[in-house]
Parts: sequence; C-alpha cells; structure tokens
Amino acid sequence: MYGGRFAPETLMPALHELEEAYLSSKKDKDFQRELVHLQKTYIGRPTPLYFAGRLTEHLGGARIYLKREDLAHTGAHKINNALGQVLLAKKMGKKRVIAETGAGQHGVATATAAALAGLECEIYMGTEDMERQALNVFRMLLLGSKVTEVPVGSRTLKDAINEALRDWTTNVRTTHYVLGTVFGPHPFPVMVRDFQSVIGREARKQILAAEGRLPDYLIACVGGGSNAMGLFYEFLGDAAKMIGVEAGGRGIESGEHAARFAGGSIGIFQGCKSYLLQDEDGNVLGTHSVSAGLDYASIGPEHPFLRDEGRVRYTYANDEEALAAFGLLSRMEGIIPALESAHAVAEVIKLAPTLSRETVIIVNLSGRGDKDVQQVAKIKGIEL
Amino acid sequence: MKTRISERFNRLKRENRTAFIPYIMAGDPSLEKTRDVVLLFEECGADIVELGVPFSDPLADGPTIQRASERSLQNGTTLRKVIALVQDLRRTTQIPLVLMTYFNPVFKYGVESFITDAVRAGVDGVIIPDLPPDEAKEFIRFSGKTGLDTIFLLAPTSTEDRVKKVAHASSGFIYYVSITGITGSSLLLDGSMEILLSNIRKHTGKPIAVGFGVSTPEEASAVAGMADGVIVGSAIVKRLFETPDALKDFLIRLREAIKQHRTL
Repeated sequence: MYGGRFAPETLMPALHELEEAYLSSKKDKDFQRELVHLQKTYIGRPTPLYFAGRLTEHLGGARIYLKREDLAHTGAHKINNALGQVLLAKKMGKKRVIAETGAGQHGVATATAAALAGLECEIYMGTEDMERQALNVFRMLLLGSKVTEVPVGSRTLKDAINEALRDWTTNVRTTHYVLGTVFGPHPFPVMVRDFQSVIGREARKQILAAEGRLPDYLIACVGGGSNAMGLFYEFLGDAAKMIGVEAGGRGIESGEHAARFAGGSIGIFQGCKSYLLQDEDGNVLGTHSVSAGLDYASIGPEHPFLRDEGRVRYTYANDEEALAAFGLLSRMEGIIPALESAHAVAEVIKLAPTLSRETVIIVNLSGRGDKDVQQVAKIKGIEL
Repeated sequence: MKTRISERFNRLKRENRTAFIPYIMAGDPSLEKTRDVVLLFEECGADIVELGVPFSDPLADGPTIQRASERSLQNGTTLRKVIALVQDLRRTTQIPLVLMTYFNPVFKYGVESFITDAVRAGVDGVIIPDLPPDEAKEFIRFSGKTGLDTIFLLAPTSTEDRVKKVAHASSGFIYYVSITGITGSSLLLDGSMEILLSNIRKHTGKPIAVGFGVSTPEEASAVAGMADGVIVGSAIVKRLFETPDALKDFLIRLREAIKQHRTL
C-alpha cells in the first residue's frame, strides 16, 4: 500500500475538510460548469494532439503524436490543477493560496489562477531553482504574487514543499495549499490526478479521430508525476503500453539523479508513502536533474502502485539525452520543449526506431521550453 | 501497563505539581554534549526529557530546531546512535526519556526492530509529529506489547472527533500543540488554550503536556496552571551555545516558574 495521510495533527482537520469539499465539488454542477468553461476560454483547452511527421520520418519507426500541453495558458499542464484547486479554495472561503514550485511552472500557474480568482498568493521556491528559473520568478511577481526564497536544505523543490507545509500549518484557517503534483497527504494525489486527467480524456478522443484506434504507447516524464497520471489515467483500462520517464541526471551510478525507482526504496516523505531516494538512516538524499521540475526525491504514490501492478513501466533519461532531445525536437518540429518534457522525448528517440510504422505513440509534451532557453545556452557555454 | 512516564505523572499528581519537560536535539553539537545536557536537565529538576532525533526534512519545526537538526546530521547522528545514547544514559539516570522523531527514520529502521531496540535501551515513549494515530495502527500494536508509550499530538485545530481518536490512541501523555504553527513560534496566551484544554479533558483523564511555543519562564508558569506538563524546546536549544551557567540558570528559572504556578 502506498499513499496515506502522514501529516501533522494541525493539518489533519484541514485535509478532511479538503477531501469533503473536493468530493462535493465533483457533484456540484455549477462548479463543474465553471471549471469546464474556464478550461475552454481561459486555458485554451482542448490542447491539440499533433502528429509529429518530420520526427516520425527522422526516427523511421512508430507514428509519433505530441499532446500539446505546452500550448495551455502559462505554457504547461500545471494550470489544469492550479485552476481547479484555486476555484475549490475560493469555494471553501479561503482568502489566500500558497504553493511550492521547482521549475517555476506550478508557481506561475498558481499565481495566474490566483489573479483570476482574486486571491492573495505566495509561492515558495528554493534558492537554486530561483537562480536557474529567474524568468519564472519575475513572471510570478508580475502576476501579483509574493515569491519567498527557501535557502535551507538542498534549496530545491523538496525544501520549498517543507516551507509551504510549514506556512500551511501556521495559516491553515485562512489558506489553501495548492500542491502542484500527485503527491502529499490524501486527498492531494487523487485530486490532482483528477484535475489533470482532462489531458488523457482529450487525447483519447483525438487519437480516435486521427487514427481511428487507440494508441499502442503512452509516454510521459515523471517528476512528482502529475502530467503522466493526467495522460495515463483515462487509458488504464485499455491495452496501451505506458512508460514513465524519470530524470537520470548524471547517471544512476553517479548518485546525482532523481530516478526513484532505479535508485530508491519505499519511504514516508511529505505526507505519503512511496518510493524515495534516501540513505540507510532514512534521511532524504539530494537529487540532481538538468530540469528543475524533475529534481525531486520522491514520486506520487499511485506510480509505485501502477508499477507493482505491471501496468506502467518506468525508465529514465539522463541530462545529456534530455538535452539532445530538446535540440532535436526544436529543429525537427519547431517546438522547443520544456527540459522536463524533453526526458519523455528522449525515450521516444530510443523507442520509436525499434517499432513498426503502424505503431502509434502519444507523448505528453507537458510544457514549453522558453523558460529553459537561458539555462541551455549556459550549458552550451553561450553568453546571451 | 506501568511505565516510567505514567509513574512520574502519578507522583506529580499526588504532589500537585506540573511536569517540566525540556527538549534537546540529540547530537547537537555532539552526542557527548547531549549526554551532559540530559544529566543537567535532571539536576535542574526536569521530570521527563525529550530527545530529538535529527531528520533531513523536519517539516513541523521552526528555524531553531531545523538548524539544530542540520548540525546534528552533519555530525553523523543517526537514530541508531541516539538509541545507543539512551542505553548509555540508563547507566546513570532513570529519568523518563522520550524520543521525538519523524516517521521515515523509524520506518527505514523497521517499526518492530525500532520498538524492540528502543525499549531494550530504555526509551520510555515516542512522539512522531508526522504519524497521526490514523496511520499508526501497526506502530501501536507493536508498542502496546512492550510498554513503549505512544504520545500523539492534538492541536488548536483538532475537531472533537480527532480529540477522541488521539486521546484514545495516546499513552503516557497527550502532547498539546499550543499554537497553530511550527515549533518555536510565539505563544498567544489569550485564554483560548484553557477552553481547548478543558474540552480535551471532557474526553480523557490522561495527562496533557503543552509545547511548541513556550519560550519564557512567564509563559511556562501560565501554561503550568492549565496543563499537566510544560514542554520547552526551541528556547533551550537557542541557549545551548551560551555559557553553561546561562543554560543552567534558564532551566532553574523555568523549573521554579512551573513549580510556583499554583500559588500565583
């Protein structure tokens, strides 16, 4: 069993309250109508399912489709969840929302949804992530949010979550914590998955329209794992093979990675039981990935469940492979992917040539790469 | 089951006294120093000692204990070493000792092995802030057989259902978190705590110790008037690096403040 509610007592009543509010919002026709309306008119859903013809030709195997979450408002799938939770927070009468962010995409999405809903917003972000995602920090400020630096621990996503949880513990009566991925204490993993599952619902209809059949493969990168759950969930009852791609960083043997399945073991962290990169004494290890959004020591608890069931296979792509995929997709298709999504593309590059030309792959292009352009230039030694 | 903790509270009750429960992070700055500080706590009139176990991600703690935890980890402190420290302390003191740890180090150690080793070493109780009773069935089942007290927490946000659940699951004492927040935050003494504590007492006769925001002798005295025990953590950790006399003086002032509350 994975998941659970390993949270301080101060938060337990709020988690119960959130679960009740969430379940009632699912049945609330007005709430659902508003959500669907904003998904369409504000986020720009449905996002296209695009046939990547030149990439398919170049790799010489399976037919490759990209689910274009990079075209959602704010440039990533994160807005699907942020908007849902912010609307829920407003319904619950909360005046303020907080969030953690790694790559900055969830922070930007929450700041955006908070501006839309007229709620006060504060985003926690590790010092290291603030440096490598400076552009997103400024976007959040423009959107009227406060951005609070977290200079402790490894100064990345996990520390931002700790600080957000501390804030929530202190201000729980007035504040909702918009957790950004399918992680944390129940009901977050389920709720975030449901808000993201719009990705798979659309993709299913779109591939049936385009190919007249369901896909053979679904591929997504996995940090916390929300874009992967969002794509996979609707297809779980079908035959499609599913692959989750973790961050291999500088290689598993180097110890500098975020591949929880390849290098971790079961642990309890930030509210739930799942796979965790930890030392033999149960302390959480530092992680590394070229992409801030995958640079996290644990993984949403539904993923190990799907792995144990044999439903989803998990692999990893290292920094170099992700950077190569980032470049290839940009040149082949005119689409600059987020470095996170480039990990999924890296798996496509390995897999597609081994498959027949009749095989259909859908890869979740979870975000756009504009935020990463500066960092990639730096890695290449180019001064902008 | 009679435990060192329940015997201590029974004695305090007979003497109409409130327990003084100081906290220290084990291994900050070294396990040898912690050993001395525990003995100093006893010398200064502590009734129960709370020993912190360092963890990489202490999400219920404020900056003071976060830093103590970081220092302790840098010195190589582990749960195993803290248990060994307790075993060593048991040669010189019989003061009730409670470990405060996050759940993952215990989970990684193995719940059953941890409980066996901790009890054998002389640990009397555990406080695990991220293990609510809802997730602690296995833990309670193993510890119940051994006499290890499981001290669960209640907070100002706890609903009546939670009060019942936590009070039922707790043994030794109940830890009441005095503030809606993290350790070391400032205490608000506006009369609400008295109401909340009397609500808890409607459901249980178990002792209640109050902690998280108590930082001065004045606050300790005020809390002592309402609770069966007063826990002081961050304020002690802050004074660890002052002169030995300053820490001792502070502990004695806390002890006196707690002792005198009934006559105030």
